[in-house]
Amino acid sequence: MIKEKRANEVEKILAKYPSKRSAVMPLLYLAQEEYGYCNDDAIREVAELTALDPTEVKSVVGFYTMFFEEKTGTYVIEVCDDLPCALRGADEFVHHCERKLGVRAGQTTPDGKFTLRTVMCIAACDRAPVAQVNREYRYSLTPESFDKMVDDLK
Amino acid sequence: MDKHVLLRDLDIPNIRELDVYQANDGYAAWRKALTAMKPDEVMGVVKDSGLRGRGGAGFPAGLKWSFLPKDMFPKYVVVNGDESEAGTFKDHQLIENNPHQVIEGVALCAYAVQAGAAYIYLRGEFYEPAGPLQKALDEAYAAGMLGQNILGTGYSLNIYIHLGAGAYICGEETALLESLEGKLGMPRLRPPFPAVQGLYAKPTVINNVETLANVPPIVLNGAQWYRQFGTEKSPGTKIFCVSGRVNKPGNFELPLGQYTIRQLIEMAGGVTDGRPVKGILPAGSSAPILPASALDTKLDYESVQAAGSILGSASFVILDDTVDIVWAARKMVRFFRHESCGKCTPCREGTFWALRLYDKIVAGHGASHDIDMLADVANGMANKCFCLLGEFATSPVLSTLKHFRPEYEQFVREHSDGKAGVYEDQLIRDHAISVNGVEPVGVAH
Repeated sequence: MIKEKRANEVEKILAKYPSKRSAVMPLLYLAQEEYGYCNDDAIREVAELTALDPTEVKSVVGFYTMFFEEKTGTYVIEVCDDLPCALRGADEFVHHCERKLGVRAGQTTPDGKFTLRTVMCIAACDRAPVAQVNREYRYSLTPESFDKMVDDLK
Repeated sequence: MDKHVLLRDLDIPNIRELDVYQANDGYAAWRKALTAMKPDEVMGVVKDSGLRGRGGAGFPAGLKWSFLPKDMFPKYVVVNGDESEAGTFKDHQLIENNPHQVIEGVALCAYAVQAGAAYIYLRGEFYEPAGPLQKALDEAYAAGMLGQNILGTGYSLNIYIHLGAGAYICGEETALLESLEGKLGMPRLRPPFPAVQGLYAKPTVINNVETLANVPPIVLNGAQWYRQFGTEKSPGTKIFCVSGRVNKPGNFELPLGQYTIRQLIEMAGGVTDGRPVKGILPAGSSAPILPASALDTKLDYESVQAAGSILGSASFVILDDTVDIVWAARKMVRFFRHESCGKCTPCREGTFWALRLYDKIVAGHGASHDIDMLADVANGMANKCFCLLGEFATSPVLSTLKHFRPEYEQFVREHSDGKAGVYEDQLIRDHAISVNGVEPVGVAH
């Protein structure tokens, strides 16, 4: 699917490296966007483009935390609860996020809108509590600003 | 600092724009190098400056460059922007707010070693900050600073951004190379060193983002100018990240060796609620914790080492007297458990069992012998792995035991009722164990 739908991007990515294999991670990001997550079809397509065995691509998917092996919500909310953030209230903040969304960290809301995850340090400890929503930063969050963000995305 | 060398975005608004950067000496070093300096001269001035790698190891950058064999091509420059050490957020600010200086540094390094391609490896979570960096790259190409036959000199260079996908281990340079080659980010056995067989088994320089951001002002102003900052052994300025229990966390660029940890905390607005400091992590979770008695330690590589820790990436996480040390150590061990790549058994198993023991203690099932076993597990990891992750993972255990063992003893005395209490929520979330009165399976008594 990305071969046709995003042919230009695929070509640009492959041209960056002397080895096709190096393109596996950038292509997985593209495939994940198109397929929603790294399902078997996504893996097969990336394997074909990089001339790898699907099993090898699958091992890459499994190794890195930003490739999803299961269907996620429309918005993946990743809240850091590592030590620097936790020293600034991240554990209580995650608890608030869980109550607001009605799911535990690691789960997706029944309407399929939000997946809540906790993550290790995301290099923004000066603006804790911090989260990423579909890879975009949300800095210096408060329970109120989190609620507003969620309501706006609904 | 009155005038920043690296965090120039604090002095000059919009320095991320090409025209503003160029109006403030931007690409002047690049022009100077290309038109008036031989590659060896660029390497020479960086060597003379004494610039040390800012990623953590502190290895002299110019010396690292000189290890590349002269007659082997192609060569590569790889920039380590994986910035994943807990408490580190300096490269984040550099690539987002002063991207051209990073690019110019990469270009100068590539010219010095005569590489034709450079890859800037950013952690996947820098998808957003990668935007300004890519924009700056596009501007640099359009202005003829990169690409084919730059400034008519015959030298050609392409710089690419490569995003990781969430793995702390990829900050380790050989794991980073594996990841860039499309493999699992697992460290390589050395030798061969990357200088001889790095990316695609070709000679490769790997430097941190901040390290290379130092290079343009060094090439432009000379080694002596650079050495006015810092100490004889730790020259230059360094970005110190301060986070945790302080009022104004942030990045502070300071000459190495001039200020103390105490002064750094004051710059960060002092400790939250005016509490006393209990512990200092000078390089995030990887650094042995220092007790409050180390507050007057000077901020340079040698002094922090003499005090019993490492300066590393200089990411200072401050713990005040309200912080529960056992809880903090568990958080750090949880980090390493999560990030261990699984290649070496001592690290893979050691981080697993260390976290199990912390969970047991925090869940209210711990006893004094569990504390001893924590030390055993940590010592079983030390010096037994391919890379330093297994070594770093011992730091939170052994250093907190060294300085705060009585707190562990007190903790197991006060939490022996089989209840996790305030920690229950976190334990459930981490899926580590069932805390409803069920002891972790397989933990020996």
